[in-house]
Amino acid sequence: MEKPSQTTSLANERIKMDVQNLNFYYGKFQALKGITLRIPEKKVTAFIGPSGCGKSTLLRVFNRMFELYPDQRAEGEVKVDGENILTSKEDVALVRAKIGMIFQKPTPFPMSIYDNIAFGVRLFESLSRSAMDDRVEWALKKAALWNEVKDKLTQTGTSLSGGQQQRLCIARGIAVKPEIILFDEPCSALDPISTAKIEELIDELKHDYTVAIVTHNMQQAARVSDYTAYMYLGEMIEFGDTDQIFVKPARKETEDYITGRFG
Amino acid sequence: MVSGDHSMRKYDEELEAIRSRVLHMGGLVESQVRTALAAFDKGDLDLAQQAIDADRRVNDLEIELDQMVIHVIARRQPTAGDLRMIIGTAKAIMDIERIGDEATKIARAVKWLHEKGAGTRMHRVPDVQHSGEIAVSMLRRTLDAFARMDTAAAAAIIKDDQGVDDRFRAILRQLITFMMEDPRTISTSLDIVWAAKAIERIGDHAKNIAEFIIFISQGVDMRHMTPDEVERALARG
Repeated sequence: MEKPSQTTSLANERIKMDVQNLNFYYGKFQALKGITLRIPEKKVTAFIGPSGCGKSTLLRVFNRMFELYPDQRAEGEVKVDGENILTSKEDVALVRAKIGMIFQKPTPFPMSIYDNIAFGVRLFESLSRSAMDDRVEWALKKAALWNEVKDKLTQTGTSLSGGQQQRLCIARGIAVKPEIILFDEPCSALDPISTAKIEELIDELKHDYTVAIVTHNMQQAARVSDYTAYMYLGEMIEFGDTDQIFVKPARKETEDYITGRFG
Repeated sequence: MVSGDHSMRKYDEELEAIRSRVLHMGGLVESQVRTALAAFDKGDLDLAQQAIDADRRVNDLEIELDQMVIHVIARRQPTAGDLRMIIGTAKAIMDIERIGDEATKIARAVKWLHEKGAGTRMHRVPDVQHSGEIAVSMLRRTLDAFARMDTAAAAAIIKDDQGVDDRFRAILRQLITFMMEDPRTISTSLDIVWAAKAIERIGDHAKNIAEFIIFISQGVDMRHMTPDEVERALARG
């Protein structure tokens, strides 16, 4: 297998997540093949590639989502701040509090807007009523949703529009104060205005969090990310500065994909 | 440059339409320059007028091509090699149009010289003719290199521009000598200077286009580099 092209040195970045030789299997099928990559802290890293290339799988490994399924296993290292989360004894719930995930379809809990956010926080912290109020407000403000919902916090989360629901899920993810936020196609079910709001939000979030986003929308990757990784058939083909990838990619495979010459 | 076709065939057609239109525009400008130089050579007013008239068609093509480029950007959001091709081409179009303007300037100089009754004395400056030949050859090779996205040919053109610049200075020195010897030649000499300067600018524009060819095919920006730096940058790839 040809080594992936890395067109950025990451020399000026602090590395938050260091992935070394990661293999992943769905039963006998190998979905990730020797993935090696470093994700810089407080930057947005986008994963692009055709369907089935393994980008969502990679994201699911990053917070041990795959452990829900008995025949799925990962080999190699995914180090977060130096600690391999794959072999860590740390409770998986704590890993996921540190590494939050936002899914393609908004998944608000069938409870009030307030409780949607407080629910996760209560798992990890026991806050006073007023401290919890503050936390909910803080998370909703961070997710750019506060002004739209502050007068209806007791209404159910599912009463919101799709875009608002997605921002509610982001607020819920932020409320437990994660360090890394993973976005798996966060806008593919949203209209352009809601999409723009989420993209704006991602840009804000990177001041405080390390962000990784999987997207089918190449222009979205170009708009929101600092670094872009192109994956194909379970392999990392190219990783580089987003500016570089979209102007002068190193690998022909990358060029063919982003210019629409794929397949 | 990228080989192979887009999944969306219409996108390929749009890019190809731009490319062939640029080559068409380049062909028109090349013939405009040749006509203007022939007019200068022979002091032929009809040819001069032809070169001036040809400029309108070139200007129209510039506007048409700009529209095509804007549409592709708006509808396709080109990336990577496609993006460089669109941006490089949009800039090359400007240079091609300017070459047309320079041809017009040469043709105008022919008219002014004629009005001063200086038609036959022009060949006293043979370097103008020679310089024009070099510029036209640069232009032709530039358009060839654009058609084939030939980086090596483009690099050679960038080097050649120095020759046209040197010739312009030589022409200037000759004309200054004439003017000092006989101040009555000042007025016609200045007209010849305008024409020579226009030729020198044609070389500059051809060089610019050559730089865009390298940008499109290699993604390397050669502008404002010395010929040595260009060679080193190309060696690095």
